[in-house]
Amino acid sequence: MKEAKGSVFKFGDNVDTDVIIPARYLNTTDPKELAAHCMEDIDKTFIQNVKEGDIIVANKNFGCGSSREHAPIAIKAAGVSCVIAETFARIFYRNSINIGLPIVECEEAAKEIQNGDKVSVNFDTGIITDETTGKTYQGQAFPEFMQKIIDREGLVNYINAKQ
Amino acid sequence: MSKMTMSQKILAAHAGLSEVKAGQLIEADLDLVLGNDITSPVAIKEMEKFNTEGVFNKDRIALVPDHFVPNKDIKSAENCKCVREFARRNEITNYFEVGQMGIEHALLPEKGLTVAGDLIIGADSQTCTYGALGAFSTGIGSTDMAAGMATGKAWFKVPSAIKFNLTGKLNKFVSGKDVILHIIGMIGVDGALYKSMEFVGDGVSSLTMDDRFTIANMAIEAGGKNGIFPVDEKAIEYMKEHAPNREYKIFEADEDAEYDEEYTIDLSKLTPTVAFPHLPENTHTFDEIDEIKIDQVVIGSCTNGRIDDMRCAAEILKGRKVADSVRCIIIPATQSIYMQAMEEGLLKTFIEAGAVVSTPTCGPCLGGYMGILASGERCVSTTNRNFVGRMGATDSEIYLASPAVAAASAITGKLSQPSEL
Repeated sequence: MKEAKGSVFKFGDNVDTDVIIPARYLNTTDPKELAAHCMEDIDKTFIQNVKEGDIIVANKNFGCGSSREHAPIAIKAAGVSCVIAETFARIFYRNSINIGLPIVECEEAAKEIQNGDKVSVNFDTGIITDETTGKTYQGQAFPEFMQKIIDREGLVNYINAKQ
Repeated sequence: MSKMTMSQKILAAHAGLSEVKAGQLIEADLDLVLGNDITSPVAIKEMEKFNTEGVFNKDRIALVPDHFVPNKDIKSAENCKCVREFARRNEITNYFEVGQMGIEHALLPEKGLTVAGDLIIGADSQTCTYGALGAFSTGIGSTDMAAGMATGKAWFKVPSAIKFNLTGKLNKFVSGKDVILHIIGMIGVDGALYKSMEFVGDGVSSLTMDDRFTIANMAIEAGGKNGIFPVDEKAIEYMKEHAPNREYKIFEADEDAEYDEEYTIDLSKLTPTVAFPHLPENTHTFDEIDEIKIDQVVIGSCTNGRIDDMRCAAEILKGRKVADSVRCIIIPATQSIYMQAMEEGLLKTFIEAGAVVSTPTCGPCLGGYMGILASGERCVSTTNRNFVGRMGATDSEIYLASPAVAAASAITGKLSQPSEL
């Protein structure tokens, strides 16, 4: 995927993995089942309203807490095309790259973009455009090594290609 | 001359490099790869996609079904079955079935699988616990676990570090939990984001190994990549007892190692500390706490289910009764801790006080089972997270505290410190 484009669902600081996917649903590994409960404990209507391609924007430390990969899996399977945040918790950051969920760190965009804005993200340039306000932001570029994992759509393909 | 932190030295050694710098991306050889019944099934599915056959080393993988075990429902049973069959198929040496298993981060050091100088990844965020022994250990997700099991390697961004200089000695009924809650309250839940937390100073020697496990365990709650302690006599004694057949390696930070920040904490000044809902950084001490009535107490978990914790709770509960309004659930973290608590008469004390004692499980900590909270209920818990809905209903509340505070609160029926009894 070279570009993400969709409506924004805006969240605040420290969105933890327990609200992204509550542990009571961790008895399954099925992405569709996980997606059905995505963000349930922070926004009960999220899953009814989110459409394929939509974008999550949040403030500091998105994805803090547990190492559950079920969290980025649920977000990806819910149709979300990109998560933009001021900062990400480190395990969530790794997990997202490893499963091929695009994430972008950009403090200014995360602070200014509002709920419901139409936003597009160009993954080649890292440029985020808020089409509602017309403003553009430069997202932080990935180190080359991580970009290779992203280009292969995840760690497994990357390792397989190396061997 | 290198200027590396203790964590950086361990990473460099495992990457075959003489020196690494903060921010550098490296690939390193792993000593141990860990997974549980929640994270392993996802990793096992990913494993099937690799070109390679089997695992890199059947002795260097630990599979510990502990979260929803003994199986809480059919789906959990299927997950455990998946892990069990994978373990059998690949002849995994360190698979721990019900009867041998305990909560992973209490179990692995006890079994001698984690020693100083090791590089360990685990598909569980609290994997940072083994830093108490001077290992570099960090939580990762299922795909990293799969790659680790297949290749014996993982990629790391070398972290910078924050230094915590500990001085003095803890007072009675103040423990490692109060130290780490104090620190998280001070620096915030992202205060150590991507960084190592290195605990040093003459105060370290007074901390028991169980205190150190608790402190390292919650490094992730400050966003840390790992928490780590220097290896001293107590750590060596612990490893001699639990890992007599494994060679450990002691790494020390360079004298001129660079740290992003440095803090000094006088342990003798700390008092019982509680993290209020819904973040571990919302810490308060009892001089600023009003009456908070509670419904449940949980004493256990990878954070505080060790023998020190059981002894402390028993000392407070001995000859007293759990308040009628409170359910008190005590969970020794491993079979061996359970047995020791039995032999020391601690279980008798718990049961006489009106508490229930459970087989090892992570159950209530993450709202799995064995103590789910109903709407509006409050729990004082020795676990590690108090996020919205973590233990049950989204409007229930968790107060994170030490075993001493949890036991005292069980007796009074409100958030209390031992001195109030």
